[in-house]
Amino acid sequence: MSADLSQLFGHFMIAIILLFIIGAYCILASFNMVRILIGLEILIKAATLLIILAGYICGRTALAQTIVITLIVIEIVVMVVASGVTLWAFRNNESIDPRKLSELKG
Amino acid sequence: MSIDIILLFCLVLAAIWTVMTVRLIHSIIGLALTSVLLSALMYRLASPLAAVFELSVCAGLISVIFLVTVSFTQRVSKEEMPARRKERFVRFWGLLFIVAVAGLLLILFFKAPQFQLPPPAGEQNVRDVLWNLRHLDMLGQVIVLLAGALGVAVFFKEHKK
Amino acid sequence: MPSLFVLTPFLLLVVVNLPFKFLRKQIALWPAVGGMLVAQVVFSTFYPLNIGRGIADPFEQFFMFGLSLDSLSSIMLLIIGIVAFVSVLVASSMISEERQVFHFLNLILISVIGMNTTVLISDIFSLYVFVEITALAVFVLIAMEKGKFAIEGTFKYLILSAVASVFMLTAIAFFLMAVGSTSFAAIKDAFASNSSDAFLLKLGTGLFLCGLLIKCGVVPFHGWVPDAYSAAPASVSVLLAGVVTKVSGVYVLLRLFGTVFILNAALQNTLLLVGIISICFAAFASLTQTDFKRMLAYSSISQVGYIVLALGAATPLAFVGAVFHFFNHAIFKSLLFVNAASLEKRLGTTDMDKIGGMGSKMKVTSATSLIGLLSTAGIPPLSGFWSKLIIIIALFSAGRPVYAVIALLASALTLAYFLSLERKVFFGKVVASPAAETKASFGITFSEVLLAAITVAAGLGFAFILNTWLLPLKEIVH
Repeated sequence: MSADLSQLFGHFMIAIILLFIIGAYCILASFNMVRILIGLEILIKAATLLIILAGYICGRTALAQTIVITLIVIEIVVMVVASGVTLWAFRNNESIDPRKLSELKG
Repeated sequence: MSIDIILLFCLVLAAIWTVMTVRLIHSIIGLALTSVLLSALMYRLASPLAAVFELSVCAGLISVIFLVTVSFTQRVSKEEMPARRKERFVRFWGLLFIVAVAGLLLILFFKAPQFQLPPPAGEQNVRDVLWNLRHLDMLGQVIVLLAGALGVAVFFKEHKK
Repeated sequence: MPSLFVLTPFLLLVVVNLPFKFLRKQIALWPAVGGMLVAQVVFSTFYPLNIGRGIADPFEQFFMFGLSLDSLSSIMLLIIGIVAFVSVLVASSMISEERQVFHFLNLILISVIGMNTTVLISDIFSLYVFVEITALAVFVLIAMEKGKFAIEGTFKYLILSAVASVFMLTAIAFFLMAVGSTSFAAIKDAFASNSSDAFLLKLGTGLFLCGLLIKCGVVPFHGWVPDAYSAAPASVSVLLAGVVTKVSGVYVLLRLFGTVFILNAALQNTLLLVGIISICFAAFASLTQTDFKRMLAYSSISQVGYIVLALGAATPLAFVGAVFHFFNHAIFKSLLFVNAASLEKRLGTTDMDKIGGMGSKMKVTSATSLIGLLSTAGIPPLSGFWSKLIIIIALFSAGRPVYAVIALLASALTLAYFLSLERKVFFGKVVASPAAETKASFGITFSEVLLAAITVAAGLGFAFILNTWLLPLKEIVH
């Protein structure tokens, strides 16, 4: 692995770690179901960038792109289902505050 | 190289804005902006096709989905805004602090290790890989879309009685 | 042969969705889906008996899916077939509205495709894709009735499952970086040959483990399990508890950590610790539950703990025990959830404070639930005894006597809480007269008897099962 590539990896890795922190914080500290989904999106974006970076570093961009395309398709469908669930939670409770989902306790 | 650093910096800033901003609409715009920056980075990393996908689908379609959800659910009046802003700031200043500290620590002390990379592969075309080598993923995409269509039918279609 | 397990349900899914009215009639839908699942059970039973193994697969050559059918996959296919069939049977007596039936059967088909492919796959990213497909179908299934609890349980499950997927994706990225490919064979070679970067491989393994532990629902990450299981409609909770979490979490754990990755000592200790904590914590937690389904959910966490524990021992014998316990657990846990469905259909509730003395009124349910509970607790001739015995012997011979003793004691605790449950629900005083007194339907009774018969048969015919189904597993473990 050349020095250039190593430096590039370092820069991207710092940003990816920060994105993971931001997404995780958003999921943990939010009181709104849509915001939790947005936090999830940020996490998935960090993972996407990591996959593309991995493909670039080891010289397999074609494989990495294929993986990312499939991943994006799945991501959308998950988000569609999740927003459907959010809508129904609102209809049932008149609120999308997850603190009000208190009937269930882990 | 410097363009990459600027883009990465903007990416992190956009993500922070997405999380911190008070109005959900702004948050969704922030997410779309994050996607746009991400796709620019993908382009820089020699992955143009995935970048196009990210741009059209994540920045476009997902924002629309979120906008629809928000327009159905959010009920915040103008008067509540200042109180909400204050409350959010109390809850989220921790994030600014954590990101600043973590960012500083990482920039100062994170040394990219030298990896042993796998042997280089022959240059392959994305279309060839997608259509010739990964049939199962294509089948998976078809089934996932079917599952999504059923999800829409179950959640969004009003049931006539 | 292997691609048929994917293509047949997919073809059925396409046919069902063609725009012809008569294809959507219930009278055609139920037998079609049920028949397909029975065929799956029959074919996957044949595989270990060496019938039809040599037949070349024309579809496989045409589509190049890269699927492979080995002894572990064939057992999984059998379990998926049985439990999905039972779930369809239970649903046939609980759902009747045309539209709902159509959606239900479509989603069942999608989840069966997802699980069948998951157990046949040999590529780590495709594995993620199909695990996600299964999960998506199940989200919609749980939330289908759109009640308050159902939606909340789904949301919790959805978020945790998505976080687990992010862990898995990150791990996949590190494997891609270290190996340059995502196929199991390449990753296995990389672990064995020492030519790839060891740090990246370790990082990927650890992250993948975190994601899988969330999907399995073992103790540090178990929060969603009781909610999702108790919020789901009766037939879906059979599917969810019986196979879905087992295949998308536990099977993947068995496949990757048993046959692909090489476990180092730290990883083994982590698995052992997670296993033993799950067993004990969930056994105690289930003592305090008042809802039948929630109690079963905690017991399920505890049983998955045994499988994880066995995997931590990392010997071929322990692997055999883990797979057998997987099979037994899928069967008797489905049986118990069918019993819960029967109670729910009859009384409209599964709250144990409101139920009592049902033994004389629901003879089949009380008898079969006794079999299920005794098997869970590991009472001799029933199947649960043998698999726990193998796991405990394997732990002793792997030099982990402390874990073996704790596992044994926890098993006794299981017996205690199940007996108290049994006394309360079936043999106690009649607390309240049933709200909706209906006759038990054929579908539920039949599936109860079927699953109980399998539990007893697997216990009595243990020697035969060990030789034909389980010992070949030793070949695929390294």
